[in-house]
Amino acid sequence: MTVFIIIFLLTLLVITALAIVQTSNLFAAAMLAGIFSLISAMTFFLLDAADVALTEAAVGAGISTVLFLGALALTADHERAGTAGRLIALVVVTAIAAVLIYTTFDMPRLGDPNAPSQLHVAPWYLEKTPEYIDVPNVVTAVLASFRGYDTLGETFVVFTAGIGVLFLLGKAPVGQPKLSPAMTFAGKAGLRHYQIPRVVGRLLIPFILLFALYVQFHGDYGPGGGFQAGVIVAASIVLFALLEGEERALQALPAGLLKLLAAAGALLYGFTGVACMLLGGEFLNYSVLAHDPVHGQHYGILIIEAGVGFTVTGVLISIFHSFAARGAK
Amino acid sequence: MIVDAVSWVLLTLGGFSVLIGGIGALRMPDLYTRMHAASVTDSLGTMLVLAGVILQAGFTLAAVKLAATLIFLLFTSPTAANALASAALMAGINPGLATPWRQEPRS
Repeated sequence: MTVFIIIFLLTLLVITALAIVQTSNLFAAAMLAGIFSLISAMTFFLLDAADVALTEAAVGAGISTVLFLGALALTADHERAGTAGRLIALVVVTAIAAVLIYTTFDMPRLGDPNAPSQLHVAPWYLEKTPEYIDVPNVVTAVLASFRGYDTLGETFVVFTAGIGVLFLLGKAPVGQPKLSPAMTFAGKAGLRHYQIPRVVGRLLIPFILLFALYVQFHGDYGPGGGFQAGVIVAASIVLFALLEGEERALQALPAGLLKLLAAAGALLYGFTGVACMLLGGEFLNYSVLAHDPVHGQHYGILIIEAGVGFTVTGVLISIFHSFAARGAK
Repeated sequence: MIVDAVSWVLLTLGGFSVLIGGIGALRMPDLYTRMHAASVTDSLGTMLVLAGVILQAGFTLAAVKLAATLIFLLFTSPTAANALASAALMAGINPGLATPWRQEPRS
């Protein structure tokens, strides 16, 4: 049964991908990209990768679509017809596709117990997680503790990407008078004249934030963690900004605070590692943070997940505001 | 046994409304009537299916989570339909059926 649903979803995925390529309306393409992410999230979930599915749904279908729309508000919403270099592009794409299809022949079958990914360190992680870290969600244990260096790197990638976008979009263009912060598709006052979305949105925002906290702090037990929670917080603030207008969102969370949050999260993660070193362990070895090594791991995971959440929240809301501040075309 | 039967009735009705919504979204003449049909899928169809699944789950944590999802959809999907319709109206798409939307020569 699951196989049939997965085949159905994969078919839909291909159809959506073809539709994205086919359409010249960029607005429709952004929406289709959101649908594409949502279908991928469903496929991931059916393959028992709940953490990845949650991330894909929150990032791909949620916040990226909003950022795409923000970018489209600054440019045209139709693709310019270009014919230059069509042939070269076709040759490159065909070659890459051929290589990719060729490599799939060497891939192990789904769920093959002899696949390299099942034989290398995965059994050790599964076996030792109860002993060393003792959290039910092994994904969190691997992500935050065993492979803490990788996640530190990812957090700094998010932080660096945020800085890059702020450098490109953070200041109004030279010569153009500074526009009042207004999202072109929301207007200066947000959706004030849309009563029903405003009322329902205001009603939902506290619950979205509550759900974000649940995802943040329940990551040890179920799917979730700092990345997903940060995206959900950012989504609720974006919703607030769309409903009530940019200015009120910036009053609630000033731009400076958001930048501070983004930097503080990454630093919190790094300093946790340094604190471990000062207490006599290795960098990011949380076992030394408490008397009991297992409790130390719990504290460490909690702190670094909070750091990841801060950074993702700060970066995403800053990016949204920097798009919005560019104003009308 | 009765709960199971009720649940399957709800699931079937839900599936039926999703089907009707899909047919309507394809067959209706203009944007607003198509949206009207599609919002049946969102609201009634999803809710009936979720209610059926809750009955299947029984008194478990899963049922509570499904109920939370149901309440969430109860608020969001009509709002989304409303927002879409008013956005279409703001964008100047005429509700065609108010005036004769297709002038066909009468024979």
